[in-house]
Amino acid sequence: MNTNNNISTPRYINPYFGGVLLGLLLLVTFFITGRGLGASGAVKSAVVTTVDKVAPVHAEESDFYSKFITDRHSPMFNWMVFESLGMLLGGLLSGVLFGRIKKLRVEKPPGVSNKTRLIFAGLGGILFGIGSQFGRGCSSGAALSGTGSYSFGGLIVLLFMFGTGYVLAWFFRKLWI
Amino acid sequence: MGPLIPQGLIAGGWDFVIALLLGIAFGFILEASGFSSSRNIAGVFYGYNFVVLRVFFTAVLVCMVGLMYFHYMGWIDYNLIYVLPTFPQPMILGAVIMGFGFISAGFCPGTSYTAMAIGKIDGFVFTAGLFLGIFIFSEAFPLFEDFYYKGNMGNITIGEFLGISNQLVTFIFVIVALVAFYVTWLIEKRVRKTITPFKFE
Repeated sequence: MNTNNNISTPRYINPYFGGVLLGLLLLVTFFITGRGLGASGAVKSAVVTTVDKVAPVHAEESDFYSKFITDRHSPMFNWMVFESLGMLLGGLLSGVLFGRIKKLRVEKPPGVSNKTRLIFAGLGGILFGIGSQFGRGCSSGAALSGTGSYSFGGLIVLLFMFGTGYVLAWFFRKLWI
Repeated sequence: MGPLIPQGLIAGGWDFVIALLLGIAFGFILEASGFSSSRNIAGVFYGYNFVVLRVFFTAVLVCMVGLMYFHYMGWIDYNLIYVLPTFPQPMILGAVIMGFGFISAGFCPGTSYTAMAIGKIDGFVFTAGLFLGIFIFSEAFPLFEDFYYKGNMGNITIGEFLGISNQLVTFIFVIVALVAFYVTWLIEKRVRKTITPFKFE
């Protein structure tokens, strides 16, 4: 088996096959739950839970946190949290199967330092955290599941997210090529 | 018949088991398609690798066409499907902010989870940033609460917005995707001649 996971012969499944699998999974998810898949929601539950534990009064008074807090159970007892735990397991499973589990490492082009890569990875995370709240979901919840179920808002997020990426690509090229 | 859970056809206790199983499949597909690598993902913006476009577009199409057929066969009640509501102004702002995040990090939230799963420190840092970003948003929420709810169009579909049927929307998507698959394949071939080949971590 080819062990050289390089760009011309990647050890990944065919992207169109991957796309069909992902589309079928999304369809099954809609069929079973009536909703799509998501990713950023689990971290939101973690934020709400943390704030609710550290500063319960503050959380109750907030128009935002209070939307997600009930007396019945913790905000971590949430569909998206279990789904995202599953994503970690699924990623692990695929990594084991295709031999991609290795020691902790940072992936970056040769010309980029570890420090730069991690700063921009963190910055990107912060921006995604803020943007996904305004956008009512991230690439999974809004762009993929939203557009897949014909939501106009999902399409807006899809177009403007990738559009912005293309507009900025030239300015960020040192990070990637 | 479907969707099953909203119609109470599956007992409530199974919710989280189903969530876990669907999540496992989701994570597996993302990792196996190469989304645990930020360099692989970022290729879509520089023309050396359009895997994101291929996976993403194909998945959207399969779901759209599938929902249409399920509805036609009477297997699913489309009215019970959750259509993400549309708030144009805040959603455009959010998407632009996420676009910034995407080109900075080369990850989105789902892909960063799979990157963590195979041991990438940048995946962990991204997810920590995600936590911080949502925290910042939540704390600052009162400042832009009005804007957050601006322009509510409800659960409007693409077809309803354009005044055409969603079947036609699906057809247009299929055509656009086929053209995009072909054009990006041509671009990729040309760009790859100019870059130094590299290995994915």
